[in-house]
Amino acid sequence: MTTASPPEFVKRPTPVRKANRAIDERFGTQPGLRRNLNKVFPDHWSFMIGEIALYSFIVLLLTGIYLTLFFDPSNTEVIYNGSYVPLKGVEMSRAYASTLDISFDTRAGLVFRQIHHWAALIFVASIVVHLFRVFFTGAYRKPREVNWLIGVGLLILGILEGFAGYSLPDDLLSGTGLRIAASIAQSIPIIGTWASFLVFNGEFPGDNFLPRLYVIHILLVPGVLLALIGAHMGILWHQKHTDFPGPGKTEHNVVGHRVFPVFAVKSGGFFMMVFAMLALLGGLAQINPIWMFGPYDPSKVSSASQPDWYIGFLDGSTRLMPPWEFRGLGHTVPAVFWPTAVLPGILFTLLALYPFLEARFTGDTKSYNLLQRPREAPTRTALGAMSISFYLVLWISGGNDVIAKTFSISLNAMTWAGRIGLIIVPPIAYAITKKICLSLQAKDAEVEHHGIETGIIRQLSSGEFVEDHRPKPTPVPDHPQVPNDRFALPSANGHGDGEGKGLARRAGKAVSGFFVEEKETGPGGPSTPVGGGKH
Amino acid sequence: MTETSGTPSDPPPDAPSETSSDPAPREVATPVATTKRSARKRGPAARRRRRSSVLVLVFGLLATGVLWTMLAPTGNAAQTADANEAVRQGRVLYQKGCGTCHGLGGGGSTTGPSLVGVGAAAVDFQVSTGRMPLAAPAAQADRKPPVYSATQIDQLAAYVASLGGGPAASKVTDKELSDADLAHGGELYRANCAQCHNASGQGAPLTYGKFAPSLSESTPKQVIEAMRTGPESMPVFGDRQLSDEDAVAVTAFIKHMNETTSPGGFSLGKYGPVPEGLLAMLVGIGGLLAVCLWIGARQKV
Repeated sequence: MTTASPPEFVKRPTPVRKANRAIDERFGTQPGLRRNLNKVFPDHWSFMIGEIALYSFIVLLLTGIYLTLFFDPSNTEVIYNGSYVPLKGVEMSRAYASTLDISFDTRAGLVFRQIHHWAALIFVASIVVHLFRVFFTGAYRKPREVNWLIGVGLLILGILEGFAGYSLPDDLLSGTGLRIAASIAQSIPIIGTWASFLVFNGEFPGDNFLPRLYVIHILLVPGVLLALIGAHMGILWHQKHTDFPGPGKTEHNVVGHRVFPVFAVKSGGFFMMVFAMLALLGGLAQINPIWMFGPYDPSKVSSASQPDWYIGFLDGSTRLMPPWEFRGLGHTVPAVFWPTAVLPGILFTLLALYPFLEARFTGDTKSYNLLQRPREAPTRTALGAMSISFYLVLWISGGNDVIAKTFSISLNAMTWAGRIGLIIVPPIAYAITKKICLSLQAKDAEVEHHGIETGIIRQLSSGEFVEDHRPKPTPVPDHPQVPNDRFALPSANGHGDGEGKGLARRAGKAVSGFFVEEKETGPGGPSTPVGGGKH
Repeated sequence: MTETSGTPSDPPPDAPSETSSDPAPREVATPVATTKRSARKRGPAARRRRRSSVLVLVFGLLATGVLWTMLAPTGNAAQTADANEAVRQGRVLYQKGCGTCHGLGGGGSTTGPSLVGVGAAAVDFQVSTGRMPLAAPAAQADRKPPVYSATQIDQLAAYVASLGGGPAASKVTDKELSDADLAHGGELYRANCAQCHNASGQGAPLTYGKFAPSLSESTPKQVIEAMRTGPESMPVFGDRQLSDEDAVAVTAFIKHMNETTSPGGFSLGKYGPVPEGLLAMLVGIGGLLAVCLWIGARQKV
C-alpha cells in the first residue's frame, strides 16, 4: 500500500491537437499539412509588397460586405430627406441617396466607406509597386511567365473594379466619369455606338445601368479577382518563391523561414499593420466626399473633375492629345479614341508580353529561381525606368489643372510641358538609368578587384599620395547553418552583420556607408538557428 | 461693363426728345388755327415766321442741352454730387490711388478701363478683395490683403457710383443668409458656378494663366457683388438671370461650404482625387513600404 507507485502522467491533448487529429482521421490531411507548414519562404523585405495587395483586398471584401447591406444601386429618382441639410428636397437617384444615408445616417457607415475607398487606392497601388519589384528583379523569367500574366490580369481587373466602385454612388463626379467612359466606348470605330448602347442599355445614362454596374462590382469582378489571386498564390506556392543571390543560396534551394511559426506570425502581423494603415487613413482623411459634389445630372459638370489615381494616366493622355479627328470612309474617329482606347491597349499588351519579348530578344530560355539586381540587367532596368517616366508624365498631366491652380502655372503651359515631356523624358530616363547601371557594375568590379576604398590617404616617402584599399569582406550568410561556399555576393555592401541595435545606430551606419564604403568589423553575427529548407 | 455704362446715359436723350417733339407742334397748331380766323393780313404771316424762328431757336437750344448732357455727363454729375462728403473724400482717394490708370475723371486710359457705370458693387468687390489697386499687370489679378479701409472703400465706391449707374454694393444680412434655401442654392451653384469654381468651391484654372479663384475666403457680400458685376473672366449674373433671393441662396450655399468642417476628417484641400491619390502614395504605400523595411530589418536575427 505504502509502496504504491504514483499515477502515470498522461498528457491531455490540447483542443487544437484534438481537432487536428479529428480532421486527419477523416480527411487524411496530416501529411499535406506538415509539408505545407514546413514550407520555407525567403525573408527579403521587398517580397512583402504583394502581401499589401492581398491584405487590402481582404479589407476591401470585409468593408464591401458591410456597405452592400445599406447601398441601393437604383436609378430611381427620389427626393432626399435625410440629415444632410444642403441637399434636402433635392431630386436624386436612390443610389446617391443611399450613399448619403451610409455617410450620415448609418452607424460607422462613413468610416467604412472611407476605409473601402482608401483600401481600393492602396490595393491598385501595391499591385503596381509589386509589379515594379517583380520587373526590376527579373522575377517574371521562366518558369514564372504565367504568374506574370495573371498578375497583369489582376492589375487590369483591379483598375476596372476600382472604376466601377467609383462610379456607383451616382454623384456628380462619378457620373462625369461614366460620361467619359461612354464617350470612349462611342469613339471606337464602327462598333462604338453599339458598344455604348450595349453597356448602358441605350442612350447614356441608361435606365438600369447602376444595377448592372453593381453586379459587376460586387459579384463578377471580385469573383474573378478572388479566383486569380488563388491561382497566383497557388502557382507561387508550387513554384516556390524566388530569392536574391547570397551566401548559401542556389538555384535549387530556398533559404528563409518556415511557414509555421515564423512566416505565419510575420505575415499575420503585417496584415494587422496594413489594416491599421487603412483604418487610420479611413478614419482621419476624408476621401470622395460625394455630398459636396451633389447628385449626377448630365447637364452639369464640375471643374477639376478627376478620376481616382489609377485612371489618372488615361485622363492625362486625353488632356495631352491634340484634337485630331479623322473623318473618312463613312466613319468618324474622334481624337479621344487614340489616347483612351488604343494607348492603354498597347501599354497593357506590351506589359503582358514583356517576359516573352525579353526571352526572345536575349535568346535566354533557361529557368531562374535566383533574382537579379536591377544593375545586372541594365537594358531591362532602363526600359522599366523609361516606361515609368512615360507613365508619370501622363499621370501628372491627368491632374494638370489642379497643379496649375495650386502652383499658379498657366494650364496651357502645363499641357505643352506634358506633350513635350511625353516625347523627350522617357529617352532621357532610359539613357540615364542605363548609365547608372553600368557605372554601378563598374564600381562592383572595381571593389571586386581592388578592394574597398578606405578614405585613408597616405603619403609615400617618394612624395606620392595613395589611398588605402581594404579587401572585400566575405559576405556573412543570413542563415549560418546553410553552407555558404556556393555563391558569393557580388557587392561589398552586404547586409545583416547583425550587430546594429537601435534606429540611431543603424541610421548612422547607413549614412557612413554612403560616404565611405568602410564597414566596422566586429564579432556578433547571426546567432539564432533558422530553417534552411531544401527542395 | 459696356452694357452697364450704356444704361445711365440712355434715358437723358429719350426724355428731352419726347418733350421737344411732341408738345411743340401742338403749340404751333393751336395758334395757327386761331390766327386763320381772326386776321387775314400779311402781319400774321410775318408773325408766324417770327414764331417759327423762335421755335427753331428753342429746338436748337434744347438739342444743344441734350447733346451736352449726352456728351459731357461726368462734369454735370460730379458737380451735383459735390455736396456729398463721401463722394468728395472718395474723389481725393481716387485721384491719389486710381486715377493713374483709370483716368482722373474715371474715364479710363490706355492702362485701365473706364469706371463710368461700373457702380459701387464693382468697386467694393475689387478693392475689398485687394485685387485693386493692381499689384502688377498679369493675366489676372489675385486676391490679396486690401489696401484701403472699409470706410475708404465706401468713399471710393460712392465716388465711382456718382460717375453714373451700375449695381450698388450688396447689403446682404446674416438673417437673409440663414433664412435662404440652402438646397436650392446648391442646385444653382452646381448649374452655374461649379464648372469653373469647382463643386467644392476650390477654383480651377482657365486658359493662359487666368483662373476661377477659390471661394473659400470670399465673404457673402463679395460673392453677391461678383455675381452682379462679373469681374475678370466671370460672366455677369444680373437680376434678370438671378433674382436677389436666388443670389442670396447661392451665397448661403458657398458660405456653408466654407464654414462646415469636413465630416470625414482631414479634407485634403477639398480637391478630390488628386490629393487623395497623392496621400495614398506618400502615406499609404510609403508607410507600408516602411513597415516592410522595418519587418525585413528585424527578422535578420
